Amino acid sequence: MTAAGFSALWSHWRRNPLQLFTLVAGLALATALWSGVQALNAQARASYDAAAAVLGEGRYDQLVPRAGDSIPQDSYLALRRAGWQVSPVLEGGVQAGQTRVRLVGIDPLTAPGGVGPMTRSDAADLPAFLSEGVVFAHPETARALADSVPQPVIADGGLAPETALTDIGVAQRLLNRDDLSRLILAEAQPIGRPDLETVAPGLIRRPSQQGSDIGQLTDSFHLNLTAFGLLSFAVGIFIVHGAIGLAFEQRRAMIRTLRTLGLSLRRIMLLMGLELAGLALLAGALGVALGYVLAAALLPDVAATLEGLYGAQVAGGLRLAPAWWLSGFGIALLGAALAGAGAFWTIARMPVLATGARAWAVATGRRRAAQGALALLLLILAGLGTLLGGGLLAGFASLASLLLGAALALPLVLDRLLALGEGRARGVRAQWFLADTRQQLPGLRLALMALLLAMAANIGVSTMVSSFRLTFTGFLDQRLFADLYVAAEDTAQGAELERFVAGRAEAVLPIQWVDTRIAGQPAEIYGARVAPAYAENWRFIARDGPVWDRVAAGEAAIINEQLARRANLWPGDALALAPGRTLPIAGVVGDYGNPIGQVVIGERLFVRLFPDAAPERFGLVTVDPARLRAALEGELGLAPGQITDQAALKAFSLGVFERTFTVTAALNVLTLAVAGFAILMSLLTLAAMRVPQLAPAWALGMTRASLGRLEVLRAVVLAALTLLVALPLGLALAWMLLAVINVEAFGWRLPMFLFPGDYAVLAALAILAALLAALWPARRLARTPPSDLLKVFANEG
Amino acid sequence: MRARAIIAALVLLAQPVLAQGFAGMGTEAEGFAMPVPGAGFDFPADHGPHPDYRIEWWYLTANLQGPDGTPYGLQWTLFRSALAPGEAEGWDSPQVWFAHAAVTTPEAHYSTERFARGGIGQAGVDADPFAAWIDDWRLAGPSLDELELRATGPGFAYDMGLQAEGPLVFHGEQGYSVKSAQGQASYYYSQPFYRIAGDLDLPGATVPVTGRAWLDREWSSQPLAADQLGWDWFSLTFESGDRLMAFQLRQSDGRDFSSGTWIGSEGATTALGDGALTATPLEVTQVAGRDVPTRWRLELPARGVDVTVTALNPRAWMDVSIPYWEGPVTVGGSHGGIGYLEMTGYD
Repeated sequence: MTAAGFSALWSHWRRNPLQLFTLVAGLALATALWSGVQALNAQARASYDAAAAVLGEGRYDQLVPRAGDSIPQDSYLALRRAGWQVSPVLEGGVQAGQTRVRLVGIDPLTAPGGVGPMTRSDAADLPAFLSEGVVFAHPETARALADSVPQPVIADGGLAPETALTDIGVAQRLLNRDDLSRLILAEAQPIGRPDLETVAPGLIRRPSQQGSDIGQLTDSFHLNLTAFGLLSFAVGIFIVHGAIGLAFEQRRAMIRTLRTLGLSLRRIMLLMGLELAGLALLAGALGVALGYVLAAALLPDVAATLEGLYGAQVAGGLRLAPAWWLSGFGIALLGAALAGAGAFWTIARMPVLATGARAWAVATGRRRAAQGALALLLLILAGLGTLLGGGLLAGFASLASLLLGAALALPLVLDRLLALGEGRARGVRAQWFLADTRQQLPGLRLALMALLLAMAANIGVSTMVSSFRLTFTGFLDQRLFADLYVAAEDTAQGAELERFVAGRAEAVLPIQWVDTRIAGQPAEIYGARVAPAYAENWRFIARDGPVWDRVAAGEAAIINEQLARRANLWPGDALALAPGRTLPIAGVVGDYGNPIGQVVIGERLFVRLFPDAAPERFGLVTVDPARLRAALEGELGLAPGQITDQAALKAFSLGVFERTFTVTAALNVLTLAVAGFAILMSLLTLAAMRVPQLAPAWALGMTRASLGRLEVLRAVVLAALTLLVALPLGLALAWMLLAVINVEAFGWRLPMFLFPGDYAVLAALAILAALLAALWPARRLARTPPSDLLKVFANEG
Repeated sequence: MRARAIIAALVLLAQPVLAQGFAGMGTEAEGFAMPVPGAGFDFPADHGPHPDYRIEWWYLTANLQGPDGTPYGLQWTLFRSALAPGEAEGWDSPQVWFAHAAVTTPEAHYSTERFARGGIGQAGVDADPFAAWIDDWRLAGPSLDELELRATGPGFAYDMGLQAEGPLVFHGEQGYSVKSAQGQASYYYSQPFYRIAGDLDLPGATVPVTGRAWLDREWSSQPLAADQLGWDWFSLTFESGDRLMAFQLRQSDGRDFSSGTWIGSEGATTALGDGALTATPLEVTQVAGRDVPTRWRLELPARGVDVTVTALNPRAWMDVSIPYWEGPVTVGGSHGGIGYLEMTGYD
């Protein structure tokens, strides 16, 4: 009996392969988008952790230079001889084939426990590391590196990509240096050490970064990706919910028959549950495979984005444990359970002899009211969450409430709009068309919700990206106003350079800064040689009086927006710069290239406060950059790599930026495609059921072709109406991303710009998607044999 | 014999050697210089390092007493281990330095270690004026007869002055000390006649102490035979002013190789050959998951010695990269006295 019941249930899918396809494809797509995005996130996080583990950054405090990036080896010795348990690290770039590898030199004897791969490698023991100078490298770069360094290279998957690790002495030789980059501080330190200030005054202590700095910086990016993954999953689940609901509705008669034949409701539910689980596993497998393809395709862009934005390096290949991919099956099962819960609930409560298929249940007044109330509640929650604020998660929760509330409200809004049109419509045909469209709303509502979400996300994200782009290019023009940027090899060469260009360039702007903490936050203090170019180019978010004159006189400071918002410091407030030294704030500038706080003070004051920081980089303003460049290279003997011209720097920065949102753009397109697919499937499944409703219209004289055309028109009208809702929703989404999420995640607020042209293109795309989705069902309708239409009347009574 | 430094040398020879246990160590010596009998010493140069030999140490132990009569012990050891013979400038130096420091009280034992690369100045030894250092630890003075001693750790520190009251003594055959029946040997001399005084910084208190200290100097390239598993080593100062250095190397065949030096109160030495003395464990303490003998019977019939050697603190476990037991002892029986005991290879 169980077998017979099962084969009866299964026969439904055999007769409705399209429904089966919708179910499996919807679930597979949802799983793919979700697991693909998660794979990207996991891969990136694994890379940061590997990097942090190798460099000891996560667990240990470090000593770093107050200015520049070089520590004399004598400082290391002085600290050790004073009892400080520190371990030296030297970092630099070496060329390996086409790529630049970050070479990290460590001293395994003093490195705090567990640093580096020596502890796990069988290929090289400590004596080999010390005496032969073995280099460990990430497997992707090991071969190329082996050709460019004389030392034996051992591939080690635990290292971050494009990173190689070797002994400090080997690193000094390969990098042609005799200094160090930073010192790792062991956890256990002996008692009675002298202060750091007296032993090595040029160094400051940087606390350990549990979870790593990069992890925090990139969290918002990953949260964005996760949010998109969830959104795509939600869209997919809408489709699956529709397919399961339909299939269960259509099987009511079969269930009644099976129950009257003696199969218990419990057993039927069990069979249907197993059936759904089986389908979910199948869809999960497909979804995991698709997710892998998706993640592998997007990974290079994600990696480029993360590296460009934050300097975080991510391996170029996906290497995740098989167990991880199993979680994709879990998501597919969860999705199927979510989507099928309502249908099971209905069946469980269905009387044995319930009537047959009702096609699509028309939403009752009560249900509609409940849905409306829920939508309203969610929208109010979104508003409250935005007003009250409270962190990134609250921001995303508000965002989710807004989207879900709007999605729930959509059928009601569409219904009202259509009713409005119906009242004003002239002619029977138009009235019938609108009434029929209204009647179909319940059947199409899930697909339309999916379309709404996809369009709103598209509008929101494209508005954000374009606003960001406009602001960012403006910012680059503001900041990169010098014509040439020169990096000296050391401070001595810096001084020589300054003498050389005096008289040759219109203005020389030394770029010098120290790392410090201000208001408990990591920050950089820049000493600016105030030139007219600054006053001409910098734009302030908030200002107080003649900003640059006061900065030049050493009477005031400029801070960036990140610091202003995090520490709540604005013009007129006092800024504690160094012990016993406070300055009033004269201006706040927008700073879109930098996650940490920045302070700009006058050069003279800077030199007084930080006498050790000598400039190594310079901006040169000149009318003839090419000639100055030639002079610098020819007469002063600078290497071409030390000089960057403004145009190249801008192009590079913009290039980084362009790739930044490739990923979200790709996800956008995918989401829209999924929504189009949802419309197609809904229309296809509705088409068969709509024959009884269309037959009278046909009998009254409308041709099948005109019915088909009306069918296409209906899809277009519904898409257009949905678009009307999607546009304000998308703009609200963009505003929340720019003014709420961005401030929480990055510390700056972006001005919002509107891009009507982009929206028009999107509208056209969405209507095109609806049109394409409606074409096939309409064509089928137009070719319905008249005999089928006639049968409607024969079956009546 | 003070072959104990080899345990620490093993840190640098890493896992493949460790896996073979004590039985596998120090048996290869390609390219390194080998000790030979009758070579003689050149002082003060020989107080400095010998980079052509694989291992070398400057090993100081002291029995101390606080103002209230409480006994203490301290250890300060600097090891040199060569990955290859010879010296080079900067990070390329094949010389690796490491050091252990410890303070033992009747209730507690504090120990810590340091590591350093040769060639960069972080650690080293100068012969004249004498200075041995690693990081902020120092054993230095105008000469070996007058030294300052300093070490710091996460929970303790000490600062001492030492004054020698007797001559250097040479073990084995004029400083050529044989370590096995197969002929493994080292250069080995001591200064066992130091008076020591200074301050112990312990958690909660600084304790002024005085007492006696013993410095061992030893270097070699192949100090142990392949079948030797570990050793028990004693340095004892009797109330009579006589001193005894004694060790036994435990071999995998169950036979032990023993040796020692009887040092008269004026510094006259008598070498004790294999079998001249016997050491028998009387009591075992479980420490760090191992059974370690912390009370011994030591017999040297030729000198009428039959004493019981008891650990001041049986839990004097050196919790360093390769751990071992080392701590102060008291001596009773035919002779009274104090001393130090070191034991390795109890796994």
